[in-house]
Amino acid sequence: MNTAADLAELEKRWADPPGFLGWMKTVDHKRIARRYFVTALVFFALAGLMAALMRLQLARPENTLVGPDLYNQLFSMHGTVMMFLFAVPILQAVGVFLVPLMIGSRNIAFGRLSSFSYWIFLFGGIMIFTAFFLNVGPEAGWFSYVPLSGPQFSPGKRTDFWAQLVTFTELASLIVAVQIVVTAFKLRAPGMSLNRIPLLVWAEVVTSFMVIFAMPSVMLGSSFLISDRLVSTQFFNPAEGGDALLWQHLFWFFGHPEVYIIFVPALGIISEIVSTFASRPAFGYLALVLALVVTGFLAFGLWVHHMFATGLPPLGMSFFTAASILIAIPTGLQISCWIATLATGGRLRLATPLLFVVGFFFIFVIGGLTGLMLASVSLDSQLHDSYFVVAHLHYVLIGGALFPLFGGFYYWFPKLTGRLLSERAGKWNFWLFFTGFNVAFFPMHILGLKGMTRRVYTYGADRGWGDLNLLATIGAVTIAASMIVFAINVVVSLRRGQRAGENPWGGTTLEWATSSPPPSYGFAQIPCVDSRQPLKHGKEALAWVVGLPTLVRTSLVTRLHDAAPDHITVDPEPSIWPFWTAVAVSALFIGSIFTPWALVWGAIPVTVALIGWFWPKHEETERTNRIEVKPDESRPARFLESAS
Amino acid sequence: MNDEGTPSRRFLDVSGLPTYAFGHRSLMWWGTMGIVLIESTVFAIAIVAYFYLRDRSFAWPPHSVPPVLLYGTLNTVVLFLSTIPNHWTKHQADHENLRGVRIGLVVCLLFAAAFIVIRWFEFGALQTSWNTSAYGSIVWALMTLHTVHLVTDVIDTVVLTVLMFTGPLAGKRFVDVSENAVYWWFVVGSWPFIYATVYLAPRMSP
Repeated sequence: MNTAADLAELEKRWADPPGFLGWMKTVDHKRIARRYFVTALVFFALAGLMAALMRLQLARPENTLVGPDLYNQLFSMHGTVMMFLFAVPILQAVGVFLVPLMIGSRNIAFGRLSSFSYWIFLFGGIMIFTAFFLNVGPEAGWFSYVPLSGPQFSPGKRTDFWAQLVTFTELASLIVAVQIVVTAFKLRAPGMSLNRIPLLVWAEVVTSFMVIFAMPSVMLGSSFLISDRLVSTQFFNPAEGGDALLWQHLFWFFGHPEVYIIFVPALGIISEIVSTFASRPAFGYLALVLALVVTGFLAFGLWVHHMFATGLPPLGMSFFTAASILIAIPTGLQISCWIATLATGGRLRLATPLLFVVGFFFIFVIGGLTGLMLASVSLDSQLHDSYFVVAHLHYVLIGGALFPLFGGFYYWFPKLTGRLLSERAGKWNFWLFFTGFNVAFFPMHILGLKGMTRRVYTYGADRGWGDLNLLATIGAVTIAASMIVFAINVVVSLRRGQRAGENPWGGTTLEWATSSPPPSYGFAQIPCVDSRQPLKHGKEALAWVVGLPTLVRTSLVTRLHDAAPDHITVDPEPSIWPFWTAVAVSALFIGSIFTPWALVWGAIPVTVALIGWFWPKHEETERTNRIEVKPDESRPARFLESAS
Repeated sequence: MNDEGTPSRRFLDVSGLPTYAFGHRSLMWWGTMGIVLIESTVFAIAIVAYFYLRDRSFAWPPHSVPPVLLYGTLNTVVLFLSTIPNHWTKHQADHENLRGVRIGLVVCLLFAAAFIVIRWFEFGALQTSWNTSAYGSIVWALMTLHTVHLVTDVIDTVVLTVLMFTGPLAGKRFVDVSENAVYWWFVVGSWPFIYATVYLAPRMSP
């Protein structure tokens, strides 16, 4: 089994067509995820530059580097891009890349959808940056509160571009969320029952469900906003029975889960890294999974704590205070489990991935503590809209998501590219980032307590905020330096990094059972799983699946609870139609900023492209029919023994 | 590994498994459920927004009368009746009866066409415009949301119907027809909630 001829057959079936057209058509989750990573990192760099520009402006009082109008656009873009075009997409892309590999599947479910999702994400990003460079960038902050973002106070097209960016990115996210759920539920390797699913996969599943329930709220909200602005609906206009707080509810019903949508995948990354570098399974698997699920539920009961300053009824405030404090419990539980894992495992290897996790512990605990402070209504009323909040949110987001993400990047970079990142540069990257981060953001707590409000483009010299602001700017420059080290490390390691081999860290999950980078078909044979750590005794101890037809692209579908083999599914072939559909949908979205008729006429090319996407090809159907086994003619799967 | 020195490898032979399956065994069912979850959330939040706005108004509907009951009620009847051919078509698809699927899909489309025509009159009888008040805006939003789902499913059904007549056909296309019928159940199932909100809520005193 698994001869060179078999592999050549698999490669022929799964390889993308050559050249640029093949690149456009690909449905390979690994290529698409890589594309997501690169694009999201470019957006990250651009949004980071905007932050640097803001820090330079604030470095001394009454600075004139950036005027108020540009400053409004800078902070609005920075928040919008970091949340919608960097954090969510890149952490979902981690799932697109790793979920199929960790569960032993050849591809993600509905491969063409991930291709479509990527193009939508890319076009949305290009749209908002084009708008920004043409001086029609968003200006009302990343949560665009009405009435500031309404037709009266934000005339022109700036906020319309913002609203449509939300539509673009949420569409892309929702699609990936469904794909990840279906992949993790139905495409797991035989034997990977629910209680053997890797923790990162659980985290991505919980995240995906949160996306499914949270993102519709903001899509609806942004549609209401843009229709208030363009066709004079009155959703948010109090003069005609509308309500400005409705926007805040719709936004934060998404916006708070959003924080956890970013944070939960990071928790999964930490579990994997901690377990590998402590050389033992994660302590308290069940507790960790349940903590993720509980976090997913509780995240929907917190949104009003962003609205404590709006004068809501006291009973509501008490409820949301309690929920906000409650969510510290599952997080605390997970941190305890990780510490137990590190304490009881083998000799710790303090490589860069683990270093970033340790950095996470430190920063995130501080961010969590200020979160508890802000959960109290009385304190929040004082600190609302001050730099204390800016400090808090960067501690939880950078500490909670970015540090684990960087750790994950160092950990899985060899799987992605076949080469290891330099450890020496990695240490520099970490220490510069860690130091720079605390120097930049810790002073902001004090600035907030001293009364500095967020989103001011400058401040008077008599306020006495100059020194701490200068310190924060020095921290920001240090962070920039750490990012330059990171970029150089990636570029140099891509060419000259140490070759990784299949399993450079001694991981025990399935992604380490295939070559680095994995072949187009993921695994030469699909492994059978009989424990939570399938690679604990090496690849040789595993059983392997045989008998998957290679005349078409096929994957094995297994049952939800016990992952028993159920049937074979035919995977989609590469197609250019997801690209054209994305072009048509983008034209509709962007066109609707200028005329509501775009929704009508724009629907025609979308329909045509979708038909092109769906319509089966004769040649493919003919091959599919040759391997077809009807449900009533089938035989169950069975184990074979053979001496090698 | 079994005994030392003589490693034997175990293989799981899946060559006899079917190459497609119906219902919750298929990926397509799960994908459809994903969309249904997303869209149900959209409907639920839109309905919550309706009552949120109503809660903050002195009169509901403000300066106008509730939508005319006739067309919306007529459409409710049509929609409920459409579940009969829809269910029959799903049954034919699950048994891979091509002739039955073709007839069923065409009948389903006739019902959908009737529904869309009546929907046109429904919009005309809402007694409010999207730009007069927040009430009008949210009523139009709910009706538009439901209509978009309806039209999407109709286009999907048209494409499937043509495919079932012209080919190329494979067994798994019957799964597509079956899941299309499941989605129609969602379009039908979501309607009573929107009907109650748009037509009945303004008739009850807040």
